Amino acid sequence: MKPAPFDYVRPDSLAEACKLLAGDDDARVIAGGQTLVPMLAMRLARPARLVDILRLPELAGIRKDSDSVVVGATTRQAQAERDPVIRASVPMLARVLPWVGHPPTRNRGTIGGSIANADPSAEIPLVAVTLGAEIVLATTAGPAAMPADEFFVGPMVTSINQGECVSAIRFPVWTHQRIGVGFFEVSARKSDFAFVAAAAQVALDEEERCLDVALGLGGVGDRPLRLDVSSLVGTRLDAKSAAQAVHAASVDLDAASDLHASASYRRRVATTLCLRALEQARADAAVRPALGAR
Amino acid sequence: MSADPASFRFVSTNRRVREDRRFVAGHGLFVADVALEGMLHVAVLPSQHPAARIVSIDASAALAMPGVHYVLTGDELAAATDPLMNGLDTPRVKRHPLAVGQTRYAGEWVAAVVADSRALAEDAAEKIDVSYQPLPFVLNAEEALKPDSPPVHPEHGSNVLLDRTFVWGEVDKHFAECPRHLSFRVTWGRSSTVPIETFGVAASWDPWREMLDVWASIQMPKYPDQIARALRIPANGVRVHQDVDVGGSYGVKRGIKQTVLVAHLARRLGRPVRLIEDRLDNMAGGDAHGPDRIFDVEVAFDDDGIVKSMKMKALDNAGAYAGRAPFQLGKPIGAIVGPYRIESVQYRAQSVTTNKAVQEAVRGFGQAPTNYAIETAIDKVAAATGLPRIEVRRRNFIRSEQFPYLIPSGSTYDSGDYHTVVDKVLAHIDLDAMEKERDRLRATGLLAGIGVAACLEPSGANSAFEPLLNEKNTTTTWMDSCRIVVDGLGCVTVTIHNTSSGQGHETLVSTVVGEVLQVDPDLIRVVRPDSLACLPSNSPVGSRMAIMLGGAAFHAAQKLKAKLTRIGAHQFGLGEDKVVYASGGVADPAGNRQLGWAELVNIAHRHYHLLPEGMEPGLETTHVMQVPTGGTLPKDGRVQMYPCHSFEFHVVLMAIDPVIGKPEIRRYVIGHDCGTVITPHIVRGMTLGGIAHGLGAALLEEFVYNDEGQLITQSFMDYLLPSAHEVPAVEIVHHCTPSPFTVFGQKGSGESGYLGAPAAISGAINDCVAPLGISFNKLPIRIAAIGDAIAKAQQPNQGQAT
Amino acid sequence: MMVDLRINGTVRSAELEPRKTLLDALREDFLLNGTHAGCEHGVCGACTVLLDGEPVRSCLLFAVQADGYEITTIEGLAPAPGELSVIQDAFCETHGLQCGYCTPGMILAAHALLQQTVTPTREEIVEAISANICRCTGYGQIVEAVQFAADRLRIANTPRALLSPGGSK
Repeated sequence: MKPAPFDYVRPDSLAEACKLLAGDDDARVIAGGQTLVPMLAMRLARPARLVDILRLPELAGIRKDSDSVVVGATTRQAQAERDPVIRASVPMLARVLPWVGHPPTRNRGTIGGSIANADPSAEIPLVAVTLGAEIVLATTAGPAAMPADEFFVGPMVTSINQGECVSAIRFPVWTHQRIGVGFFEVSARKSDFAFVAAAAQVALDEEERCLDVALGLGGVGDRPLRLDVSSLVGTRLDAKSAAQAVHAASVDLDAASDLHASASYRRRVATTLCLRALEQARADAAVRPALGAR
Repeated sequence: MSADPASFRFVSTNRRVREDRRFVAGHGLFVADVALEGMLHVAVLPSQHPAARIVSIDASAALAMPGVHYVLTGDELAAATDPLMNGLDTPRVKRHPLAVGQTRYAGEWVAAVVADSRALAEDAAEKIDVSYQPLPFVLNAEEALKPDSPPVHPEHGSNVLLDRTFVWGEVDKHFAECPRHLSFRVTWGRSSTVPIETFGVAASWDPWREMLDVWASIQMPKYPDQIARALRIPANGVRVHQDVDVGGSYGVKRGIKQTVLVAHLARRLGRPVRLIEDRLDNMAGGDAHGPDRIFDVEVAFDDDGIVKSMKMKALDNAGAYAGRAPFQLGKPIGAIVGPYRIESVQYRAQSVTTNKAVQEAVRGFGQAPTNYAIETAIDKVAAATGLPRIEVRRRNFIRSEQFPYLIPSGSTYDSGDYHTVVDKVLAHIDLDAMEKERDRLRATGLLAGIGVAACLEPSGANSAFEPLLNEKNTTTTWMDSCRIVVDGLGCVTVTIHNTSSGQGHETLVSTVVGEVLQVDPDLIRVVRPDSLACLPSNSPVGSRMAIMLGGAAFHAAQKLKAKLTRIGAHQFGLGEDKVVYASGGVADPAGNRQLGWAELVNIAHRHYHLLPEGMEPGLETTHVMQVPTGGTLPKDGRVQMYPCHSFEFHVVLMAIDPVIGKPEIRRYVIGHDCGTVITPHIVRGMTLGGIAHGLGAALLEEFVYNDEGQLITQSFMDYLLPSAHEVPAVEIVHHCTPSPFTVFGQKGSGESGYLGAPAAISGAINDCVAPLGISFNKLPIRIAAIGDAIAKAQQPNQGQAT
Repeated sequence: MMVDLRINGTVRSAELEPRKTLLDALREDFLLNGTHAGCEHGVCGACTVLLDGEPVRSCLLFAVQADGYEITTIEGLAPAPGELSVIQDAFCETHGLQCGYCTPGMILAAHALLQQTVTPTREEIVEAISANICRCTGYGQIVEAVQFAADRLRIANTPRALLSPGGSK
């Protein structure tokens, strides 16, 4: 199980990387390599050239802006998992990272790599879509950006063009005083890709009324989905309201069927995990320290 | 020697396993570590079709690539070698290492490329142009049975390799007498042992010495003989290096086809050649799948839950070639009634060819699926009679005073005390407390249940199933051997004559020899000579090495001790019975004289004039051991299968979230009786590892073929091995019922855990969902299948077996 | 292309094809056979090595990507020929292995854990080794080995006065 031959280049700048990629249809980006290398080993992917962007300084680092956290594409998943800024300001990302692969793959795997790989059951794309993150791209014409739900097109398919690469992910930061997150997934083994994953984030006021809510599903369809449960704003996220909102939002859910799980399983469990994630988020918000104290 | 543990110095004590040192340092010698001067590398080209005629093979583009030395096809190999051996008398089911004329499963090897590196060989394999003409194929065993199914081997006439019905005892009478009957079907999905090291083999041919040297990741009885036969060279021209460490096997490392392929290439090219299967080669075309079996079972019992008779039909999907797969239906005959006093049995064993990959021996050699069927029967009898499942087992168990106990199919069970093992387990777990915990889990909204399984591990393998299923095979011995040499400085070296794949044979023999000679086992060297310097061995199969290698080591050591005793007695002018051997020396208690180890060794090696008349100088003994209770041919469809029978009793507490369907093991306890334990660490590891392996078979692992005949679980992303997250902490309750047939009272333990865990886990899941009126009758039981079945059952007016 | 790697504290160089994984380079070019190939697609963990002290799969990394890191293989753990590290010795004490094929990766994963954590819980140990598949042991004696090693390291690194308050033993 050896990859087909390829050239390997490690450009010194992002601009040079984009130029290399733009000038060669058979070139492909490699960063952490945790999903690309198995594809290469099985010869399911056979680029003529790998452009290694892992050490580009422009792609590193985690930066907090006024209303967002910008995570450099080559940030290792393990690094993000430990990062205090992410824990405080993008708690949903911190919550799901322990479910991404396992420790050794998180030591090499990058946040941007998981986004670019666009596996429909992967956790990081789920967070990006659920929170409405922006995918920042480097192109030969300079930086560009697009909303996560436009970036993901289908299983392992994105809107990215040859000559572009993911440079960062801008996760919005909720500025409410009290927010909470919930996350559940079902997989055969803990580290396997999820049959179904659900992530929720809520913001509550002092009376525990919902000020904002985001709910997303992974593993069910051909890409991560954000469900519209805005009808929950103003409620106390009681079981009945939540059930109504989730059922209304998931009534037309397209679900995949495969060896591991039937479509009806995915649809049924999706509803349940959504409700559990919402409830967990509500409970989390009730006990999580207010923003100023985080 | 007494089997009283109190008399042991080393046996049964908590000693370290000597093999471990080299492995923790990364200094094992695995086959992929064998690098020979000038060695070339092989990649294989798999068939994309489940069945197709090979119209042509054009390798010119591959051969034109730099670094590519050769492309071998099935036609050339078949002309130069004899077909691989079949277990049954099915001469028209011919098997060659590379497909000849036709492919018979997707993944079957069609051509082999030899190049300077494996990567280059893979590059070249892509350039081979094979023209195929697809043929009809069959995947399902019941379909394959039909006369009009596509024949996998047209020359054979049908897909049926074996269809044999045994009737042991008065089955019809017992069925007529019994007031209650029930019948059911259970299916054991195709899984295997899947070692983390794939199979690998390196070979070199020396034309001047006419010698084939082989290094392989092998666990194969009579491996050198089979190589020689296929290559048509003398067996004393095959030298297998047995000091290669094997990275796990549990039965499947039988790579004869790989070896013949590589050996032929080494001869053809005059260069050392190596094939290390990659994971895709291994899973799809390594011919190492396991049983794939449908059981139809009918039992006759009474209102007290006493099972008097059983009819079992086992239909096994052997895959594309016969190999030894049909024998995996034969071995379970030696424990066809499990630990129960079932008085009569009708057993129909059917094996068919299909267009799936070939089976190899898997841990237990068919016993784990059979135990799953038997234990399911007992659970169903309990459900039908309303009696507790443990109580039904107790009522049917053979009682301790009934041993030795002859079962209807002709095997005598050596010893056991099943009721006591169960009592000890129940005392350990506190069954009332476990039932309360189950009820507490149920009260939280979970489905919760308890699984129980009892089972036997026949051990000390001989091959009695071979003559039983194949009249032309009259083998009645399955010996193993040991040689002990004491050198002129008094150091002890023991030779063993097989490879090891983690069973700790070096620790076993040093412990046994140390025990008999009363010398420190850590000072004993254990080596594995190449096969030309070996005594006969049948390799570590069928839970046999504690019994057979341990036995051979014991007897060789006894012979050595006797010789030392004679030498000592002679010096004192006494008869051997008047002196005492102790701690390596010989003493005359009456005369207060003694000779130590060094003095006895010195006499043996240097002082011929002091030796008893006629004694050979030097200190060397050997023993070739026949399997206890073995040695007779089958009669009237009955035979003594294995000599010893270990017992295990599993209890599992399970909880299932009814929406998710994921089975979660909350507690796992096993009672285990393998007689005298020689090395506690090893037996414990085998038991825990076997349970993990059984958990995989029950919940996660399956080689799945889609309707197009393609294997869709070919990588570790889809064929799911249990990780540390999935395997629970297991509590072991020990009991020791010594075997009367072995030197220390030991029995086998290599298959323990695996034989009972699938039945226990399946039973636990079925107990969880029993209130819903559903059950699962096919392994593996996948999460989503559980979730879907529960959802269906919870809808009004729904619910039945899935 | 020419690659310089720092392996077990020594800089080693070789001319390598870009497609060669670190796993294959360690074995074939640097003759470090303790790193094993199990699946070559990143699932089984038999090829685990440490990169700057963190466990990674050497089959998911090309050797040309591995410059600039401190690479530790199983051969780098033993303090001297014939001498075992505390963790290696603990695996022998509990028999936390059988065939030995997954063992180097397992021990490196345990090593990395115990560099981070003095008193790992069972759950932390399970998480740390969960990326390494062992087919022989069912993991029980591996978990015990890591617990045993943690205890020994903790005792070895604790001043005696703190271990026995009386200070007499």
